[in-house]
Amino acid sequence: MSSTSNQPKKNNFLAGTANYVDERLGVAGVLKEFGRKIFPDHWSFMLGEVALYSFLVLLLSGTFLTFFFDPSMTEVVYDGVYAPLKGAHMSIAYASSLDITFEVRGGLLMRQVHHWSALLFVAAAGLHMLRVFFTGAFRKPREMNWVVGFVLFVLGMGAGFTGYSLPDDLLSGNGLRIIDGMIKGIPFIGTWISSFLFGGEFPGTSIVPRLYSLHIMLIPALILVFLAIHLVMLVVHKHTHYSGAGKKDTNIVGYPLMPVYVAKAGGFFFIVFGVIMLISSFFTINPIWNYGGYDPSPVSAGTQPDWYIGWLDGALRLAPTGMEFMIGDFTVSMNILLPLAVSLIFLALVAVYPFIENWITGDKREHHVLDRPRNAPVRTAIGAAGVMFYAILWAGASTDLIATQFKMSLNQVLTAMQISLIVLPIVSFMVTKRICLSLQRKDREVAIHGRETGRIVRLPHGEYIEVHEPLNEYELYKLVDYKDYQPTLARPNAAGKITVRARIRASLSKFYFKDRVSPATQSEIEEARHHAEEIEQEVQKAIESAK
Amino acid sequence: MMQKLKRKLNGLRRSPRSVIAVLFAGLIVVGSGYTAVNASVSSERTVEYTKEDIEYGKKLFLSNCASCHGKNAEGTANGPSLIGVGAASVDFQVSTGRMPGAASGPQLQVKPVQFTEEEIHAMAAFVASLGAGPSVPDAAYLQANGDPTKGGELFRINCAMCHNAAGAGGALTEGKYAPSLDNSSPKIIYEAMVTGPQNMPVFNDANISPEEKNDIITYLVYLRESASVGGEELGGLGPVVEGLVSWFGLLGIIIAITIWLGAKSN
Repeated sequence: MSSTSNQPKKNNFLAGTANYVDERLGVAGVLKEFGRKIFPDHWSFMLGEVALYSFLVLLLSGTFLTFFFDPSMTEVVYDGVYAPLKGAHMSIAYASSLDITFEVRGGLLMRQVHHWSALLFVAAAGLHMLRVFFTGAFRKPREMNWVVGFVLFVLGMGAGFTGYSLPDDLLSGNGLRIIDGMIKGIPFIGTWISSFLFGGEFPGTSIVPRLYSLHIMLIPALILVFLAIHLVMLVVHKHTHYSGAGKKDTNIVGYPLMPVYVAKAGGFFFIVFGVIMLISSFFTINPIWNYGGYDPSPVSAGTQPDWYIGWLDGALRLAPTGMEFMIGDFTVSMNILLPLAVSLIFLALVAVYPFIENWITGDKREHHVLDRPRNAPVRTAIGAAGVMFYAILWAGASTDLIATQFKMSLNQVLTAMQISLIVLPIVSFMVTKRICLSLQRKDREVAIHGRETGRIVRLPHGEYIEVHEPLNEYELYKLVDYKDYQPTLARPNAAGKITVRARIRASLSKFYFKDRVSPATQSEIEEARHHAEEIEQEVQKAIESAK
Repeated sequence: MMQKLKRKLNGLRRSPRSVIAVLFAGLIVVGSGYTAVNASVSSERTVEYTKEDIEYGKKLFLSNCASCHGKNAEGTANGPSLIGVGAASVDFQVSTGRMPGAASGPQLQVKPVQFTEEEIHAMAAFVASLGAGPSVPDAAYLQANGDPTKGGELFRINCAMCHNAAGAGGALTEGKYAPSLDNSSPKIIYEAMVTGPQNMPVFNDANISPEEKNDIITYLVYLRESASVGGEELGGLGPVVEGLVSWFGLLGIIIAITIWLGAKSN
């Protein structure tokens, strides 16, 4: 190939290099296979990508920060340029964070880039999870990838929290103190874990270097590993697509990775990077110089964690008081254990939801066409209730700010939120389910009778009708293409007994599918069309005779 | 001779009694010096009020304040006694518009000031004449020319738990709150410290000396006047606002872009 004489020299070089590499590594096959991977086009499929790109920005900006950050907790006297701290005693960690902020060229920008992209990373990952949940993308064969994604989300929280604590300012120290308190609230092992973690009594001089090791080594490495698994699974499973004409569980409709998607995705990375850079240039985040170095005695009002830890802080704040009791000499701190248990159960339910739903439906088929949220009313309602529960815990972390900003009583805000935490998820479950069912009924109506045209016709015998316009095939496809699960009955097993397990499954199945709205069937649609044609003929006849 | 004396002195120095004597002497010196300094500080700050000031103040008091605080400022069910609250208290409450109070509630609100400076001065004179209390601070301590580092440290230890480390304010129980200090003048900050209005504790000169109060004022003025280095400050309210901006600003913009990218080319 390289011997064709009429090719320009440059191409010769490229082709030669490609050939060289291919002969040694055999990448042509891989590229051909990988380059032909199909990705469907929809904005909601890019949320995970946003998380991935913010992670890349985190790696880049974080590497820059490690060049200048020193995690030591040795006490020094600050002698930098920031006047209100000159001469103050502080840890080297805080002093080097101040130096990055005020003296390293571009340091403050990089700190802000790192922090904003961290907030974006977890937010985009969270929204991506919601998209996957509400469209049922976690169904077979993707249940395990849901779990991998869940682990990534938790690792993101871990990476965020360990990073939040590194500058050793008052705000992050207050946050660590809360973690210390939570750990110490665990019976029997709490005190030991706390001294193990902090290397003695809080705060000690070991915690920041230890969190630093976790933050820059272990957690990012784990994130990378799980990210790789996540992406490999994505390639193995192929992407899902929304229902539409020609889109089936056996195919995938979209553009190939090469060249369309690579160009698009590459461009999108720079857009995400650019937006992060812009917000970091114009908006302050975590002004550590305002907070001062950490000292265990002062606690600042308005101390909150970053948003992704907020729901855990909220759980602590919303826990009712006075629940602790004594067993012998030990105090059992229910005000810590209850929120801890609630948070862990919530996380566990999120992690195993695909398996629960799969057990209830008993559906062993592979699903590559996504559900429209309305077509899985109970799942969507459970998701809405979960979002509401999370949101109230999250808002619970800012009770004090809500009280001061909206001029309300802190105590009443707390009580209102405690009640809301129980009531609102139930309300949102019911409301969401009703909305889904009525949307389904509307879809069914439109599928059968077509779209209302607003054209009112009076027939010769005096009847008024509105003419409906039937949908075309593409529109119809979307409205009728969904699975119609039916509640299953508890069946006796081989020994002829109906087990408790089977009963639970049957009642859950009833809970999920008893109010279902079946999609319009072919015969219903044809019958309605036939009827519509008859009317149309009558209308035409009437028009003719009027002439 | 010198050798002998030296040995004798050494002996004295090593005897346990001398330790007690030195400690005692030290305590006397430090204690009396401290009292002297304290005394000189409080006498420095007295502002002179004339008899006319007091009389005018009494008239204003009777027509504007007596309905709640009593004709002789002895207090009623609706308002506390003002005997011994001092001129600083009157100056703080009235010149921030908190007094006269518009309505009972968890806490008096800042509102437009109802009196002129002379009237406030006269009312302060009248209340000061009822009994000894903190007086209006000397201008020397309101210059914001102290040590901001020390002020910051004192602020974080004594004030930040209610007013927030950056002075943004914070919530207290049952609708009460510690206000933001962004718009408080040095005089108001000083008077708040010495009088402890509403839910605030009193930080008298033995707790925090006038010089240290000046340091705190210096720190707060520095925070207020220095330009934000990191860009727009988002209200200085910390991670909650940052979280909201990251969801509804940052992620919002990016979602708008994904919708644009995902839109069909037609």
